[in-house]
Amino acid sequence: MSVADKVLANPVDIAYLVTGILFILGLRFLSSPKTARLGNRISAVGMLIAVVATLTQGIVNWIVVGAALLVGAVVGIVSAQRVKMTAMPQMVAIFNGAGGGAAALVAAGELLKYVNSGTPITYDVSFTSVLSAVIGALSFAGSIIAFLKLQEVMTGRPITYPAQQVVNALILAVIVVSWGLVVAGYQPVLQWFWIALVASLVLGVLFVLPIGGADMPVVISLLNSFTGLAAASTGFVLGNNVLIISGALVGASGTLLTVLMGKAMNRSITNVLFGAFGAVKASAAGGGGKGGQNVRSVSADDVAAMLAYANEVIVVPGYGMAVAQAQHSIRELADQLEKKGVEVKYAIHPVAGRMPGHMNVLLAEANVPYTSLYDMDDINPEFERADVALVVGANDVTNPAAREDKDSPIYGMPILNVDKANNVVVLKRSMASGFAGIDNPLYDDPKTVMLFGDAKKSIDGVVAGVKAL
Amino acid sequence: MTAHLLTELTIFILAVFVGFEVISKVPTMLHTPLMSATNAIHGIVLVGAILIAGTADAPLGAIAGFVLVLLASLNVFGGYTVTERMLEMFRPKTTTPKPPTDGTR
Repeated sequence: MSVADKVLANPVDIAYLVTGILFILGLRFLSSPKTARLGNRISAVGMLIAVVATLTQGIVNWIVVGAALLVGAVVGIVSAQRVKMTAMPQMVAIFNGAGGGAAALVAAGELLKYVNSGTPITYDVSFTSVLSAVIGALSFAGSIIAFLKLQEVMTGRPITYPAQQVVNALILAVIVVSWGLVVAGYQPVLQWFWIALVASLVLGVLFVLPIGGADMPVVISLLNSFTGLAAASTGFVLGNNVLIISGALVGASGTLLTVLMGKAMNRSITNVLFGAFGAVKASAAGGGGKGGQNVRSVSADDVAAMLAYANEVIVVPGYGMAVAQAQHSIRELADQLEKKGVEVKYAIHPVAGRMPGHMNVLLAEANVPYTSLYDMDDINPEFERADVALVVGANDVTNPAAREDKDSPIYGMPILNVDKANNVVVLKRSMASGFAGIDNPLYDDPKTVMLFGDAKKSIDGVVAGVKAL
Repeated sequence: MTAHLLTELTIFILAVFVGFEVISKVPTMLHTPLMSATNAIHGIVLVGAILIAGTADAPLGAIAGFVLVLLASLNVFGGYTVTERMLEMFRPKTTTPKPPTDGTR
Protein backbone atom coordinates (compact mmCIF):
# COMPACT_ATOMS: atom_id res chain seq x y z
CA MET A 1 0.00 0.00 0.00
CA SER A 2 1.35 3.37 -0.94
CA VAL A 3 0.84 6.49 1.14
CA ALA A 4 -1.84 7.73 -1.24
CA ASP A 5 -4.03 4.74 -0.42
CA LYS A 6 -4.30 5.80 3.22
CA VAL A 7 -5.16 9.45 2.59
CA LEU A 8 -8.92 10.02 2.59
CA ALA A 9 -10.34 11.66 -0.53
CA ASN A 10 -11.19 15.34 -0.23
CA PRO A 11 -15.01 15.72 -0.07
CA VAL A 12 -14.76 18.55 -2.58
CA ASP A 13 -13.15 16.19 -5.09
CA ILE A 14 -15.99 13.74 -4.53
CA ALA A 15 -18.46 16.56 -5.25
CA TYR A 16 -16.54 17.33 -8.46
CA LEU A 17 -16.80 13.67 -9.48
CA VAL A 18 -20.58 13.80 -8.98
CA THR A 19 -20.67 16.94 -11.13
CA GLY A 20 -18.77 15.18 -13.92
CA ILE A 21 -21.23 12.28 -13.83
CA LEU A 22 -24.24 14.61 -13.87
CA PHE A 23 -22.83 16.51 -16.88
CA ILE A 24 -22.42 13.26 -18.82
CA LEU A 25 -25.93 12.09 -17.86
CA GLY A 26 -27.33 15.50 -18.77
CA LEU A 27 -25.85 15.26 -22.27
CA ARG A 28 -27.06 11.67 -22.53
CA PHE A 29 -30.64 12.81 -21.90
CA LEU A 30 -30.30 15.30 -24.78
CA SER A 31 -30.61 12.39 -27.19
CA SER A 32 -34.39 12.72 -27.22
CA PRO A 33 -36.61 15.83 -27.20
CA LYS A 34 -38.74 14.11 -24.54
CA THR A 35 -35.93 13.94 -21.98
CA ALA A 36 -33.84 16.92 -23.11
CA ARG A 37 -35.20 19.40 -20.55
CA LEU A 38 -34.55 16.95 -17.75
CA GLY A 39 -31.01 16.60 -19.11
CA ASN A 40 -30.42 20.33 -18.99
CA ARG A 41 -31.63 20.44 -15.39
CA ILE A 42 -29.48 17.50 -14.35
CA SER A 43 -26.52 19.34 -15.83
CA ALA A 44 -27.51 22.54 -13.96
CA VAL A 45 -27.67 20.60 -10.68
CA GLY A 46 -24.18 19.31 -11.40
CA MET A 47 -22.99 22.87 -11.91
CA LEU A 48 -24.60 23.97 -8.65
CA ILE A 49 -22.88 21.17 -6.72
CA ALA A 50 -19.48 22.11 -8.15
CA VAL A 51 -19.91 25.82 -7.41
CA VAL A 52 -21.14 25.25 -3.84
CA ALA A 53 -18.27 22.83 -3.19
CA THR A 54 -15.81 25.41 -4.49
CA LEU A 55 -17.23 28.10 -2.23
CA THR A 56 -16.12 26.01 0.78
CA GLN A 57 -12.50 26.28 -0.38
CA GLY A 58 -11.20 29.09 1.80
CA ILE A 59 -12.90 31.98 0.06
CA VAL A 60 -12.07 35.28 1.73
CA ASN A 61 -12.93 37.82 -0.94
CA TRP A 62 -16.64 37.22 -0.48
CA ILE A 63 -17.66 40.67 -1.65
CA VAL A 64 -15.84 40.39 -4.96
CA VAL A 65 -16.97 36.82 -5.63
CA GLY A 66 -20.53 37.36 -4.39
CA ALA A 67 -21.06 40.60 -6.30
CA ALA A 68 -19.65 39.17 -9.53
CA LEU A 69 -21.74 36.00 -9.21
CA LEU A 70 -24.87 38.02 -8.57
CA VAL A 71 -24.34 40.52 -11.39
CA GLY A 72 -23.46 37.69 -13.78
CA ALA A 73 -26.57 35.75 -12.76
CA VAL A 74 -28.92 38.72 -13.15
CA VAL A 75 -27.49 39.94 -16.44
CA GLY A 76 -27.17 36.39 -17.82
CA ILE A 77 -30.66 35.25 -16.89
CA VAL A 78 -32.44 38.48 -17.87
CA SER A 79 -30.72 38.81 -21.23
CA ALA A 80 -31.21 35.11 -21.98
CA GLN A 81 -34.92 35.43 -21.27
CA ARG A 82 -35.44 38.66 -23.17
CA VAL A 83 -33.56 37.68 -26.33
CA LYS A 84 -35.67 36.81 -29.36
CA MET A 85 -35.37 33.28 -30.66
CA THR A 86 -34.03 34.63 -33.96
CA ALA A 87 -31.16 36.28 -32.06
CA MET A 88 -30.19 33.00 -30.37
CA PRO A 89 -26.98 32.38 -32.34
CA GLN A 90 -25.42 35.67 -31.27
CA MET A 91 -26.52 35.10 -27.67
CA VAL A 92 -24.78 31.72 -27.63
CA ALA A 93 -21.72 33.39 -29.20
CA ILE A 94 -21.57 35.98 -26.40
CA PHE A 95 -21.84 33.43 -23.58
CA ASN A 96 -19.25 31.32 -25.35
CA GLY A 97 -16.90 34.29 -25.53
CA ALA A 98 -17.43 35.01 -21.82
CA GLY A 99 -16.39 31.45 -20.98
CA GLY A 100 -13.30 31.70 -23.17
CA GLY A 101 -12.28 35.01 -21.64
CA ALA A 102 -12.75 33.58 -18.14
CA ALA A 103 -10.56 30.57 -18.98
CA ALA A 104 -7.76 32.84 -20.22
CA LEU A 105 -7.96 34.97 -17.06
CA VAL A 106 -7.96 31.92 -14.77
CA ALA A 107 -4.72 30.77 -16.39
CA ALA A 108 -3.27 34.28 -16.02
CA GLY A 109 -4.27 34.38 -12.35
CA GLU A 110 -2.71 31.01 -11.56
CA LEU A 111 0.57 31.92 -13.28
CA LEU A 112 0.59 35.22 -11.42
CA LYS A 113 0.18 33.30 -8.17
CA TYR A 114 3.32 31.28 -8.89
CA VAL A 115 5.32 34.36 -9.84
CA ASN A 116 4.15 36.43 -6.85
CA SER A 117 4.95 33.70 -4.35
CA GLY A 118 8.25 32.86 -6.03
CA THR A 119 7.24 29.19 -6.41
CA PRO A 120 9.15 27.51 -9.22
CA ILE A 121 6.87 26.97 -12.20
CA THR A 122 6.79 23.39 -13.49
CA TYR A 123 6.70 22.71 -17.22
CA ASP A 124 3.22 21.23 -16.81
CA VAL A 125 1.86 24.47 -15.43
CA SER A 126 3.72 26.84 -17.73
CA PHE A 127 2.77 24.92 -20.87
CA THR A 128 -0.91 24.49 -20.01
CA SER A 129 -1.40 28.00 -18.65
CA VAL A 130 -0.25 29.50 -21.97
CA LEU A 131 -2.44 26.93 -23.77
CA SER A 132 -5.50 28.08 -21.78
CA ALA A 133 -4.67 31.71 -22.40
CA VAL A 134 -4.15 31.22 -26.15
CA ILE A 135 -7.29 29.14 -26.82
CA GLY A 136 -9.40 31.13 -24.36
CA ALA A 137 -8.37 34.47 -25.87
CA LEU A 138 -8.89 33.16 -29.42
CA SER A 139 -12.36 32.02 -28.46
CA PHE A 140 -13.16 35.27 -26.65
CA ALA A 141 -12.11 37.57 -29.50
CA GLY A 142 -13.51 35.27 -32.19
CA SER A 143 -16.87 35.05 -30.43
CA ILE A 144 -17.10 38.83 -30.14
CA ILE A 145 -16.54 39.19 -33.89
CA ALA A 146 -19.04 36.40 -34.58
CA PHE A 147 -21.52 38.21 -32.33
CA LEU A 148 -20.99 41.52 -34.18
CA LYS A 149 -21.48 39.78 -37.53
CA LEU A 150 -24.61 37.91 -36.45
CA GLN A 151 -26.06 41.02 -34.82
CA GLU A 152 -25.31 42.78 -38.12
CA VAL A 153 -23.34 45.50 -36.36
CA MET A 154 -20.71 44.67 -38.95
CA THR A 155 -21.19 43.18 -42.40
CA GLY A 156 -21.86 39.46 -42.60
CA ARG A 157 -19.80 39.35 -45.80
CA PRO A 158 -16.23 38.10 -45.53
CA ILE A 159 -13.76 40.91 -44.81
CA THR A 160 -10.51 40.28 -46.64
CA TYR A 161 -7.30 42.22 -47.05
CA PRO A 162 -4.02 41.53 -48.84
CA ALA A 163 -1.56 39.03 -47.35
CA GLN A 164 -4.14 37.86 -44.83
CA GLN A 165 -2.61 34.42 -44.37
CA VAL A 166 0.90 35.89 -44.06
CA VAL A 167 -0.23 38.24 -41.28
CA ASN A 168 -1.99 35.38 -39.50
CA ALA A 169 1.09 33.18 -39.81
CA LEU A 170 3.28 35.95 -38.34
CA ILE A 171 0.95 36.38 -35.37
CA LEU A 172 0.92 32.63 -34.87
CA ALA A 173 4.73 32.70 -34.88
CA VAL A 174 4.69 35.39 -32.18
CA ILE A 175 2.37 33.21 -30.08
CA VAL A 176 4.52 30.10 -30.49
CA VAL A 177 7.77 31.93 -29.68
CA SER A 178 6.45 33.66 -26.57
CA TRP A 179 4.84 30.37 -25.49
CA GLY A 180 8.22 28.71 -25.80
CA LEU A 181 9.87 31.48 -23.78
CA VAL A 182 7.32 31.08 -20.97
CA VAL A 183 7.89 27.33 -20.84
CA ALA A 184 11.66 27.86 -20.91
CA GLY A 185 11.25 30.19 -17.94
CA TYR A 186 12.82 33.12 -19.78
CA GLN A 187 12.49 36.18 -17.55
CA PRO A 188 10.27 38.11 -17.23
CA VAL A 189 7.92 35.17 -17.75
CA LEU A 190 4.75 37.20 -17.23
CA GLN A 191 5.66 39.60 -19.99
CA TRP A 192 5.92 36.78 -22.54
CA PHE A 193 2.68 35.34 -21.21
CA TRP A 194 0.84 38.63 -21.82
CA ILE A 195 2.34 38.92 -25.31
CA ALA A 196 1.03 35.43 -26.16
CA LEU A 197 -2.39 36.36 -24.77
CA VAL A 198 -2.69 39.67 -26.63
CA ALA A 199 -1.43 38.12 -29.88
CA SER A 200 -4.10 35.42 -29.49
CA LEU A 201 -6.78 38.09 -29.08
CA VAL A 202 -5.63 39.72 -32.32
CA LEU A 203 -5.52 36.37 -34.09
CA GLY A 204 -9.05 35.59 -32.87
CA VAL A 205 -10.33 38.79 -34.47
CA LEU A 206 -8.45 38.29 -37.72
CA PHE A 207 -9.48 34.67 -38.01
CA VAL A 208 -13.24 35.27 -37.85
CA LEU A 209 -13.27 38.51 -39.93
CA PRO A 210 -12.91 36.77 -43.31
CA ILE A 211 -15.59 34.16 -42.57
CA GLY A 212 -18.99 34.92 -44.04
CA GLY A 213 -22.38 34.80 -42.35
CA ALA A 214 -23.51 31.56 -43.99
CA ASP A 215 -20.47 29.75 -42.61
CA MET A 216 -21.35 30.78 -39.06
CA PRO A 217 -22.70 27.34 -38.08
CA VAL A 218 -19.17 26.00 -38.51
CA VAL A 219 -17.52 28.91 -36.72
CA ILE A 220 -19.88 28.85 -33.74
CA SER A 221 -19.34 25.10 -33.29
CA LEU A 222 -15.59 25.54 -33.54
CA LEU A 223 -15.48 28.41 -31.05
CA ASN A 224 -17.62 26.34 -28.68
CA SER A 225 -15.09 23.55 -28.98
CA PHE A 226 -12.26 26.03 -28.32
CA THR A 227 -13.80 27.29 -25.10
CA GLY A 228 -14.29 23.70 -23.97
CA LEU A 229 -10.64 22.92 -24.61
CA ALA A 230 -9.59 26.14 -22.87
CA ALA A 231 -11.62 25.10 -19.81
CA ALA A 232 -10.03 21.63 -19.88
CA SER A 233 -6.63 23.23 -20.12
CA THR A 234 -7.27 25.39 -17.04
CA GLY A 235 -8.13 22.09 -15.35
CA PHE A 236 -4.57 20.96 -16.06
CA VAL A 237 -3.23 24.27 -14.72
CA LEU A 238 -5.21 24.06 -11.48
CA GLY A 239 -5.06 20.27 -11.17
CA ASN A 240 -8.85 20.20 -11.16
CA ASN A 241 -10.51 17.09 -12.61
CA VAL A 242 -14.01 18.49 -13.05
CA LEU A 243 -12.65 21.20 -15.32
CA ILE A 244 -10.76 18.60 -17.34
CA ILE A 245 -13.78 16.31 -17.73
CA SER A 246 -16.26 19.08 -18.57
CA GLY A 247 -13.89 20.80 -20.96
CA ALA A 248 -13.21 17.50 -22.72
CA LEU A 249 -16.95 16.85 -23.13
CA VAL A 250 -17.52 20.28 -24.65
CA GLY A 251 -14.43 20.04 -26.83
CA ALA A 252 -15.61 16.68 -28.17
CA SER A 253 -19.10 17.99 -28.80
CA GLY A 254 -17.92 21.13 -30.57
CA THR A 255 -15.47 19.19 -32.71
CA LEU A 256 -18.12 16.66 -33.72
CA LEU A 257 -20.58 19.40 -34.69
CA THR A 258 -17.90 21.28 -36.62
CA VAL A 259 -17.10 18.18 -38.65
CA LEU A 260 -20.82 17.49 -39.27
CA MET A 261 -21.38 21.05 -40.49
CA GLY A 262 -18.37 20.83 -42.78
CA LYS A 263 -19.69 17.58 -44.24
CA ALA A 264 -23.12 19.13 -44.79
CA MET A 265 -21.45 21.74 -46.99
CA ASN A 266 -19.06 19.28 -48.61
CA ARG A 267 -16.18 21.48 -47.54
CA SER A 268 -13.20 20.84 -45.39
CA ILE A 269 -12.85 22.84 -42.20
CA THR A 270 -9.71 24.51 -43.56
CA ASN A 271 -11.67 25.63 -46.61
CA VAL A 272 -14.34 27.21 -44.40
CA LEU A 273 -11.79 28.93 -42.18
CA PHE A 274 -9.36 30.11 -44.79
CA GLY A 275 -11.41 30.15 -48.00
CA ALA A 276 -13.28 33.46 -47.50
CA PHE A 277 -16.00 31.60 -49.42
CA GLY A 278 -18.53 34.32 -50.20
CA ALA A 279 -15.95 36.84 -51.36
CA VAL A 280 -14.35 34.54 -53.89
CA LYS A 281 -17.68 33.41 -55.28
CA ALA A 282 -19.15 36.86 -55.57
CA SER A 283 -16.38 37.98 -57.89
CA ALA A 284 -16.49 34.75 -59.90
CA ALA A 285 -20.23 34.91 -60.45
CA GLY A 286 -20.34 38.65 -61.00
CA GLY A 287 -19.47 38.48 -64.70
CA GLY A 288 -21.74 35.74 -65.89
CA GLY A 289 -25.15 36.43 -64.36
CA LYS A 290 -27.17 34.84 -67.13
CA GLY A 291 -30.02 33.47 -65.05
CA GLY A 292 -33.28 35.18 -64.43
CA GLN A 293 -34.87 35.47 -67.90
CA ASN A 294 -37.35 32.65 -67.46
CA VAL A 295 -38.48 33.52 -63.98
CA ARG A 296 -42.23 33.41 -63.41
CA SER A 297 -43.50 35.76 -60.73
CA VAL A 298 -46.93 35.07 -59.23
CA SER A 299 -49.27 36.58 -56.63
CA ALA A 300 -49.98 35.38 -53.10
CA ASP A 301 -53.47 34.25 -54.17
CA ASP A 302 -52.01 32.05 -56.93
CA VAL A 303 -49.77 30.39 -54.35
CA ALA A 304 -52.71 29.99 -51.96
CA ALA A 305 -54.70 28.11 -54.61
CA MET A 306 -51.73 25.89 -55.46
CA LEU A 307 -51.18 24.96 -51.83
CA ALA A 308 -54.83 24.52 -50.87
CA TYR A 309 -55.47 21.96 -53.63
CA ALA A 310 -52.30 19.99 -52.99
CA ASN A 311 -52.12 16.67 -51.14
CA GLU A 312 -48.66 17.14 -49.75
CA VAL A 313 -46.63 20.30 -49.22
CA ILE A 314 -43.01 20.36 -48.09
CA VAL A 315 -41.83 23.61 -46.53
CA VAL A 316 -38.12 24.37 -46.93
CA PRO A 317 -37.09 27.10 -44.50
CA GLY A 318 -33.82 29.03 -44.71
CA TYR A 319 -32.13 32.02 -43.16
CA GLY A 320 -34.64 34.30 -44.93
CA MET A 321 -37.35 32.89 -42.66
CA ALA A 322 -35.31 33.84 -39.60
CA VAL A 323 -34.61 37.36 -40.89
CA ALA A 324 -38.29 37.99 -41.67
CA GLN A 325 -39.41 36.25 -38.42
CA ALA A 326 -41.83 34.33 -40.62
CA GLN A 327 -41.97 31.13 -38.55
CA HIS A 328 -45.27 32.00 -36.83
CA SER A 329 -46.93 32.87 -40.14
CA ILE A 330 -45.68 29.62 -41.61
CA ARG A 331 -47.27 27.67 -38.81
CA GLU A 332 -50.55 29.50 -39.33
CA LEU A 333 -50.37 28.62 -43.01
CA ALA A 334 -49.71 24.98 -42.15
CA ASP A 335 -52.70 24.98 -39.76
CA GLN A 336 -54.96 26.37 -42.47
CA LEU A 337 -53.69 23.86 -45.01
CA GLU A 338 -54.09 20.93 -42.62
CA LYS A 339 -57.72 21.98 -42.08
CA LYS A 340 -58.16 21.49 -45.80
CA GLY A 341 -56.60 18.04 -45.61
CA VAL A 342 -53.18 18.99 -46.95
CA GLU A 343 -50.25 17.17 -45.39
CA VAL A 344 -47.47 19.61 -44.43
CA LYS A 345 -43.89 18.55 -43.74
CA TYR A 346 -40.75 20.56 -43.14
CA ALA A 347 -37.39 19.80 -44.74
CA ILE A 348 -34.42 20.92 -42.67
CA HIS A 349 -30.98 21.23 -44.25
CA PRO A 350 -28.19 20.80 -41.69
CA VAL A 351 -26.63 24.18 -42.44
CA ALA A 352 -29.79 26.22 -43.00
CA GLY A 353 -29.53 29.31 -40.81
CA ARG A 354 -26.69 30.54 -38.67
CA MET A 355 -26.07 27.71 -36.23
CA PRO A 356 -26.52 23.94 -36.25
CA GLY A 357 -30.21 23.12 -35.94
CA HIS A 358 -31.21 26.80 -36.12
CA MET A 359 -34.39 26.16 -38.13
CA ASN A 360 -35.59 23.50 -35.69
CA VAL A 361 -35.48 25.96 -32.81
CA LEU A 362 -37.32 28.70 -34.71
CA LEU A 363 -40.07 26.35 -35.85
CA ALA A 364 -40.33 24.91 -32.35
CA GLU A 365 -40.80 28.46 -31.10
CA ALA A 366 -43.79 28.75 -33.45
CA ASN A 367 -45.21 25.51 -31.95
CA VAL A 368 -44.50 23.40 -34.99
CA PRO A 369 -44.38 19.84 -33.61
CA TYR A 370 -40.91 18.37 -33.96
CA THR A 371 -42.50 15.24 -35.43
CA SER A 372 -43.22 17.24 -38.63
CA LEU A 373 -39.57 18.22 -39.11
CA TYR A 374 -37.47 15.98 -41.34
CA ASP A 375 -33.72 15.74 -41.88
CA MET A 376 -32.30 16.00 -45.37
CA ASP A 377 -31.77 12.27 -45.85
CA ASP A 378 -35.28 11.40 -44.69
CA ILE A 379 -37.11 14.00 -46.75
CA ASN A 380 -35.20 13.88 -50.04
CA PRO A 381 -36.97 10.74 -51.40
CA GLU A 382 -40.26 12.41 -50.44
CA PHE A 383 -39.98 15.41 -52.80
CA GLU A 384 -41.01 13.29 -55.82
CA ARG A 385 -44.35 12.65 -54.16
CA ALA A 386 -44.87 16.22 -53.00
CA ASP A 387 -47.22 18.44 -54.96
CA VAL A 388 -45.58 21.66 -53.86
CA ALA A 389 -42.20 22.48 -52.34
CA LEU A 390 -42.48 25.85 -50.59
CA VAL A 391 -39.02 27.40 -50.27
CA VAL A 392 -39.00 30.19 -47.68
CA GLY A 393 -35.81 32.22 -47.77
CA ALA A 394 -33.50 29.32 -48.57
CA ASN A 395 -31.26 29.47 -51.62
CA ASP A 396 -27.94 27.67 -51.87
CA VAL A 397 -29.17 24.57 -50.00
CA THR A 398 -31.77 24.07 -52.78
CA ASN A 399 -29.48 24.78 -55.74
CA PRO A 400 -29.54 21.81 -58.16
CA ALA A 401 -26.21 23.02 -59.57
CA ALA A 402 -24.61 21.46 -56.49
CA ARG A 403 -25.77 18.10 -57.83
CA GLU A 404 -25.39 18.59 -61.57
CA ASP A 405 -22.97 21.34 -62.55
CA LYS A 406 -19.39 20.16 -62.06
CA ASP A 407 -18.13 23.72 -62.58
CA SER A 408 -20.29 25.15 -59.83
CA PRO A 409 -18.39 26.30 -56.74
CA ILE A 410 -20.85 24.42 -54.55
CA TYR A 411 -20.70 21.22 -56.63
CA GLY A 412 -20.91 18.19 -54.35
CA MET A 413 -22.65 19.93 -51.47
CA PRO A 414 -25.61 17.77 -50.38
CA ILE A 415 -28.83 19.68 -51.13
CA LEU A 416 -32.54 19.32 -50.59
CA ASN A 417 -33.94 17.94 -53.86
CA VAL A 418 -36.60 20.62 -54.12
CA ASP A 419 -36.52 20.48 -57.93
CA LYS A 420 -37.96 16.94 -57.84
CA ALA A 421 -41.28 18.19 -56.48
CA ASN A 422 -44.15 18.61 -58.93
CA ASN A 423 -44.29 22.34 -58.30
CA VAL A 424 -41.89 24.69 -56.59
CA VAL A 425 -42.80 28.00 -54.98
CA VAL A 426 -39.87 30.19 -53.98
CA LEU A 427 -40.36 33.06 -51.55
CA LYS A 428 -37.56 35.54 -51.94
CA ARG A 429 -36.92 39.19 -51.30
CA SER A 430 -35.51 39.84 -54.77
CA MET A 431 -33.62 38.11 -57.56
CA ALA A 432 -30.33 38.84 -55.79
CA SER A 433 -28.17 35.74 -55.59
CA GLY A 434 -27.75 33.81 -52.36
CA PHE A 435 -24.96 34.22 -49.89
CA ALA A 436 -22.53 32.32 -52.06
CA GLY A 437 -23.33 34.61 -54.98
CA ILE A 438 -24.15 31.73 -57.32
CA ASP A 439 -27.02 31.63 -59.83
CA ASN A 440 -29.69 29.14 -58.88
CA PRO A 441 -31.03 27.27 -61.95
CA LEU A 442 -34.02 26.25 -59.82
CA TYR A 443 -35.53 29.69 -60.48
CA ASP A 444 -35.44 29.15 -64.27
CA ASP A 445 -37.13 25.75 -63.97
CA PRO A 446 -40.55 25.77 -65.70
CA LYS A 447 -42.05 24.13 -62.57
CA THR A 448 -40.92 27.01 -60.40
CA VAL A 449 -42.85 30.15 -59.57
CA MET A 450 -41.52 33.05 -57.51
CA LEU A 451 -43.33 35.15 -54.93
CA PHE A 452 -41.20 38.21 -54.28
CA GLY A 453 -41.24 40.23 -51.08
CA ASP A 454 -40.63 39.96 -47.34
CA ALA A 455 -41.20 36.32 -46.36
CA LYS A 456 -43.54 37.14 -43.47
CA LYS A 457 -45.73 39.50 -45.51
CA SER A 458 -45.81 37.03 -48.40
CA ILE A 459 -46.89 34.15 -46.15
CA ASP A 460 -49.50 36.31 -44.45
CA GLY A 461 -50.86 37.10 -47.92
CA VAL A 462 -50.97 33.39 -48.77
CA VAL A 463 -52.74 32.61 -45.46
CA ALA A 464 -55.41 35.22 -46.28
CA GLY A 465 -55.76 33.66 -49.72
CA VAL A 466 -56.15 30.14 -48.33
CA LYS A 467 -58.77 31.32 -45.82
CA ALA A 468 -60.74 32.99 -48.61
CA LEU A 469 -60.91 29.82 -50.72
CA MET B 1 5.91 14.48 -18.00
CA THR B 2 4.99 14.00 -14.36
CA ALA B 3 2.89 11.07 -13.16
CA HIS B 4 0.29 13.60 -12.08
CA LEU B 5 0.03 15.06 -15.60
CA LEU B 6 -0.27 11.57 -17.05
CA THR B 7 -3.23 10.82 -14.76
CA GLU B 8 -4.90 14.06 -15.80
CA LEU B 9 -4.22 13.35 -19.46
CA THR B 10 -5.81 9.92 -19.03
CA ILE B 11 -8.93 11.48 -17.55
CA PHE B 12 -9.03 14.03 -20.37
CA ILE B 13 -8.72 11.49 -23.16
CA LEU B 14 -11.30 9.14 -21.67
CA ALA B 15 -13.69 12.08 -21.23
CA VAL B 16 -13.20 13.03 -24.89
CA PHE B 17 -14.23 9.52 -25.91
CA VAL B 18 -17.25 9.61 -23.61
CA GLY B 19 -18.10 13.00 -25.14
CA PHE B 20 -17.98 11.71 -28.72
CA GLU B 21 -20.04 8.68 -27.74
CA VAL B 22 -22.76 10.64 -25.94
CA ILE B 23 -22.92 13.55 -28.40
CA SER B 24 -23.18 11.33 -31.48
CA LYS B 25 -26.52 10.09 -30.10
CA VAL B 26 -28.04 13.59 -30.16
CA PRO B 27 -30.38 14.05 -33.17
CA THR B 28 -29.75 16.96 -35.56
CA MET B 29 -33.07 18.43 -34.46
CA LEU B 30 -31.52 19.15 -31.05
CA HIS B 31 -28.18 20.46 -32.26
CA THR B 32 -28.86 24.07 -31.29
CA PRO B 33 -29.90 23.14 -27.72
CA LEU B 34 -26.91 20.77 -27.59
CA MET B 35 -24.57 23.57 -28.50
CA SER B 36 -26.21 25.78 -25.95
CA ALA B 37 -26.08 23.03 -23.28
CA THR B 38 -22.39 22.39 -23.83
CA ASN B 39 -21.93 26.15 -23.87
CA ALA B 40 -23.39 26.22 -20.35
CA ILE B 41 -21.22 23.27 -19.27
CA HIS B 42 -17.96 25.02 -20.14
CA GLY B 43 -19.15 27.64 -17.68
CA ILE B 44 -17.61 25.18 -15.19
CA VAL B 45 -14.59 27.43 -15.56
CA LEU B 46 -16.49 29.38 -12.88
CA VAL B 47 -14.97 26.92 -10.42
CA GLY B 48 -11.51 28.05 -11.45
CA ALA B 49 -12.62 31.67 -11.46
CA ILE B 50 -13.83 31.48 -7.86
CA LEU B 51 -10.62 29.79 -6.75
CA ILE B 52 -8.45 32.41 -8.45
CA ALA B 53 -10.47 35.46 -7.43
CA GLY B 54 -11.72 34.45 -3.99
CA THR B 55 -9.04 32.60 -2.07
CA ALA B 56 -6.72 34.06 0.55
CA ASP B 57 -3.69 34.27 -1.73
CA ALA B 58 -5.75 35.58 -4.64
CA PRO B 59 -3.25 36.87 -7.17
CA LEU B 60 -5.69 39.07 -9.06
CA GLY B 61 -6.76 42.49 -7.82
CA ALA B 62 -10.38 43.10 -6.86
CA ILE B 63 -11.33 44.51 -10.27
CA ALA B 64 -9.71 41.77 -12.33
CA GLY B 65 -11.16 39.15 -9.98
CA PHE B 66 -14.60 40.68 -10.32
CA VAL B 67 -14.40 40.69 -14.14
CA LEU B 68 -13.19 37.09 -14.12
CA VAL B 69 -16.00 35.73 -11.95
CA LEU B 70 -18.51 37.92 -13.80
CA LEU B 71 -17.57 36.46 -17.20
CA ALA B 72 -17.82 32.89 -15.94
CA SER B 73 -21.05 33.59 -14.07
CA LEU B 74 -22.60 35.12 -17.23
CA ASN B 75 -21.60 31.99 -19.11
CA VAL B 76 -23.22 29.66 -16.55
CA PHE B 77 -26.49 31.46 -15.85
CA GLY B 78 -27.04 32.72 -19.39
CA GLY B 79 -26.12 29.36 -20.88
CA TYR B 80 -28.55 27.31 -18.79
CA THR B 81 -31.37 29.83 -19.20
CA VAL B 82 -31.04 29.95 -22.99
CA THR B 83 -30.96 26.15 -23.19
CA GLU B 84 -34.02 25.83 -20.97
CA ARG B 85 -35.90 28.33 -23.13
CA MET B 86 -35.05 26.47 -26.31
CA LEU B 87 -35.97 23.07 -24.92
CA GLU B 88 -39.31 24.11 -23.49
CA MET B 89 -40.40 24.89 -27.06
CA PHE B 90 -39.80 21.40 -28.39
CA ARG B 91 -43.00 19.45 -28.07
CA PRO B 92 -44.61 16.60 -29.95
CA LYS B 93 -47.82 16.96 -31.90
CA THR B 94 -50.15 15.70 -29.17
CA THR B 95 -49.61 18.41 -26.57
CA THR B 96 -51.68 21.55 -26.86
CA PRO B 97 -49.59 24.63 -27.53
CA LYS B 98 -49.24 27.00 -24.62
CA PRO B 99 -50.16 30.64 -25.18
CA PRO B 100 -47.21 32.70 -26.40
CA THR B 101 -44.95 33.76 -23.57
CA ASP B 102 -45.36 37.34 -22.48
CA GLY B 103 -42.62 39.80 -21.65
CA THR B 104 -42.79 39.30 -17.89
CA ARG B 105 -40.95 35.99 -17.73
